[in-house]
Amino acid sequence: MLMTIFTPKLPRLALLAVILVLTFGLGSLPVAKAEYGDVVINNYSDEAGMRPVIFPHWFHRIRFRCKVCHADLGFKFQAGGNEINMLKIIDGEYCGACHNGDIAWSVENCDLCHSGKPGTPTQAHESTLQKILAPTSTKKAK
Amino acid sequence: MSRLILFPAKVIFSLMVSFAIMALSPAYVNAADPNAFNRLMKPPSDRNLPPAKDGIHDPESVAANTLQPPMESFINLPKSNAGNYVDWVKALESKKIQPRYDKVDPNAQPIVMDLNIVREVKGSMPNVVYPHKQHTEWLDCSNCHPAIFIPQKGANNISMASILLGEKCGVCHGKVAFPVSNCRLCHSQPKTKAKPAAAKESSQAKK
Repeated sequence: MLMTIFTPKLPRLALLAVILVLTFGLGSLPVAKAEYGDVVINNYSDEAGMRPVIFPHWFHRIRFRCKVCHADLGFKFQAGGNEINMLKIIDGEYCGACHNGDIAWSVENCDLCHSGKPGTPTQAHESTLQKILAPTSTKKAK
Repeated sequence: MSRLILFPAKVIFSLMVSFAIMALSPAYVNAADPNAFNRLMKPPSDRNLPPAKDGIHDPESVAANTLQPPMESFINLPKSNAGNYVDWVKALESKKIQPRYDKVDPNAQPIVMDLNIVREVKGSMPNVVYPHKQHTEWLDCSNCHPAIFIPQKGANNISMASILLGEKCGVCHGKVAFPVSNCRLCHSQPKTKAKPAAAKESSQAKK
């Protein structure tokens, strides 16, 4: 049976292609490489048995200027620095100012925000600081 | 018939081989050509990946296949060579994106201030030209003043070290705004050509 794998020429090429795809495909998996500016917020999520929140800056800046969230809504320029919890959101603070079923979809879509891999630490993803502190990004991938 | 039986064996075999190759070559990214260009740069195929493949979204989460993949959104936006690989300032200027300045009012207009601040820097790097215009398109004065920058000439001690550590300009640049690898976007005024007197000319918009 093993012999049959090696004998025909065309399947061997196909096999090589599969190997290459798998090597490059799987080889880059352990490295965290989400979008620049994505913010992971894991202040309370892990403890509460929820996935950490991933906030995509890119998606929001297409719709709102920085000023709307960082001046009007009071978000500090610090990943995880705002002590946001669901109570505040339901009360219309922070994310809840828009995610209320009016401007954007409402809080019952838990999994759309709580979408990170469990255990991912709070971070501004791909930030310079992150690169300085952990130059080999493969190591911190959990 | 025999092919059907063989198929899983082949897959398992190729998996084993691929893991062997991975283990043998640490820099497997460009294993095919050790002298390839941009060996350590993020290859285009790894940029703007969809949530399920981006490494921090849980592929088992509903979000992984519900949220918009960045590439789908960026396809028509002006490109840059770092960060999101999108030139956000150009995207805004060309109205490719029209982000709201107010939470609910789509017609609210930003209060734009057109004033360039030139900072003469040490060493041979070109001076920094800071354009208020592009910044006030996105931000409110209170976002930076007075907490991050004291609005007074000579009152702010800025260094690349503090920026790299996420202070001063680094509060945004290197996190969300274009990263610090784009030196020349800030260090844009050559020292030989520009005399300090030119620094006062706010109307001379650089770039």
